[in-house]
Amino acid sequence: MPEIRNYTINFGPQHPAAHGVLRLILEMDGETVVRADPHVGLLHRATEKLAESKPYNQSIGYMDRLDYVSMMSNEHAYVMAIEKLMGITPPKRAQYIRVMFAEITRILNHLMWLGAHGLDIGAMTVFLYTFREREALMDAYEAVSGARMHATYFRPGGVYRDLPDSMPQYKESPFTDKKKAEELNADRQGSLLDYLWDFTERFPGCIDDYEGLLTDNRIWKQRTVGVGVVPAERALQLGFSGPMLRGSGVAWDLRKKQPYEVYDELEFDIPLGKTGDCYDRYLVRIEEMRQSNHIIRQCIEWLRKNPGPVMLDNHKVTPPNRETMKDDMEALIHHFKLFTEGYCVPEGEAYSAVEHPKGEFGIYLVSDGANKPYRVKIRAAGFAHLAAMNEMVKGHMLADVVAVIGTQDIVFGEIDR
Amino acid sequence: MPEALKQQLNDVFTDALIANEEALGEVTIEVSKENLLDVCRKLRDHDELAFEQLIDLTVVDYKTYGQDEWATTEATGVGFSRGREESQAVNQPWQRERFAVVYHLLSISLNQRLRVKCFVEENRPTLPSVINIWASANWYEREAFDLFGVLFTGHPDLRRILTDYGFVGHPFRKDFPLIGNVELRFDAKQNRCIYEPVSIEPRVLVPRVIRKHKEQTVYVAAPEQGGRDA
Repeated sequence: MPEIRNYTINFGPQHPAAHGVLRLILEMDGETVVRADPHVGLLHRATEKLAESKPYNQSIGYMDRLDYVSMMSNEHAYVMAIEKLMGITPPKRAQYIRVMFAEITRILNHLMWLGAHGLDIGAMTVFLYTFREREALMDAYEAVSGARMHATYFRPGGVYRDLPDSMPQYKESPFTDKKKAEELNADRQGSLLDYLWDFTERFPGCIDDYEGLLTDNRIWKQRTVGVGVVPAERALQLGFSGPMLRGSGVAWDLRKKQPYEVYDELEFDIPLGKTGDCYDRYLVRIEEMRQSNHIIRQCIEWLRKNPGPVMLDNHKVTPPNRETMKDDMEALIHHFKLFTEGYCVPEGEAYSAVEHPKGEFGIYLVSDGANKPYRVKIRAAGFAHLAAMNEMVKGHMLADVVAVIGTQDIVFGEIDR
Repeated sequence: MPEALKQQLNDVFTDALIANEEALGEVTIEVSKENLLDVCRKLRDHDELAFEQLIDLTVVDYKTYGQDEWATTEATGVGFSRGREESQAVNQPWQRERFAVVYHLLSISLNQRLRVKCFVEENRPTLPSVINIWASANWYEREAFDLFGVLFTGHPDLRRILTDYGFVGHPFRKDFPLIGNVELRFDAKQNRCIYEPVSIEPRVLVPRVIRKHKEQTVYVAAPEQGGRDA
């Protein structure tokens, strides 16, 4: 009789299902995983250390590059930490814009997750569908900040600029004939808010499409039901947050429990799972997209009715506008000081957390009164989730490892930082 | 609510706490490393505290705390005013232990947060591991070890986590240069990757400035929230 021994396989870091640069050392007993040891850090860029050597505002851009599929949510936590230390509150309109974009970001993230998760466990079509909708939301990012992904749009004291009145148009080109251009421009005739309103009208139908492909799909259920079960008790112990925690049936959402910005004025529900398996987490995230859609609509309605400033007038923190700089000496000095030296933040420490699409994303900021942070610690949701990888895949088949990586919504930008 | 929590902590731990402060709506307690495990276990199990989750664990290196940098030896150190007062208070070295290990706790059932600080000395900084109290400490402690060199006794698997295999040093310490010590390149002659000392020089684009005003800078709230126009 041949002797059967455990053997070790190396999964990643260049594996399409490894979601970036995960290197997983798997100890196998036949097809069954005995132990999984994730090796992370291949994308470590020392963001926290870099932030220590830069004025506060210059690190906002680094925050985008942490979890690079939910850019503005990262900025949000960072900007809120600075505001907390300085004791400033952005204007109401800025808060609504931030919430709206935080929810757009949540949809962006969940669409990316759904597409990639589907692709990992054998559903090709969803990926193509979700990227179609992502494209529409990326255009909203671009219209408001000029960048499709790394927006650097949230600033301490508000947002960089107000929402644009018109959307950029497609032009006729060798690749886009006149008819096609008109078709593409059809929903871009009004302002950004009109464009987003159009999107929220059609988006629930899109989610129905994804659900039609997956929710009752036999193969999908075989791959996700009962896989990677985490009981509520364990989920708390392991430091889970966000959909990973709610999938296990713990009613916890920072937007409801510790509301920041204007979330307490908005109406939305928090979906909960029951069993804590991959399928429940899938359902939770799908429902979160519907709720985000609902929040965006409320924000659009409010924003249409309430014009106003989107940035504080305090030029010790926020730059004066270009026009005043041309004839106002004070404004020019403020601008110069702000962009050369930055602003000094009062001594102290603050932790600010947001309900990031992946879970709790927190920034722990220590200031010694300088114009640069003394220490920034980024609390990434995915880090705690991936740490539980061993526990989640133990005893499962090799193919389920991929399902678990998918359900954890791993993005290495935030884990490795 | 933070005041209530602060009071509660005082009642439960009495003199086990070195400090118990509330600032910006956040409660921070400081414990000695001898008391750390007892306090943490009580924080989790006490009915009125119930911190089920360790949200974050990190280290702060206070070596250069409160020191600004004007490391310009050749550029304009004189000639015109930098608009900043020379203050003796600013450049005082840090008086206490160098490292602080900071735990962020969250109670889901009572909806409250707490920050626990524990200072450790510079020479072989060692703390007991809280991994048996909160399982999520596993990777956080590995990270703290990797980046700051803080050792956690009782941790089953204290390996480096974020830095490269075979990395030397603890990069997030304040005395570790931002540019690092070594750089990696592929050497065509030897047909392998080799490490060399870094060839670039560190530079400071924006100096660290600490402005000690007599009165704190007044930051203005939004106009509709009763703030005045600047």
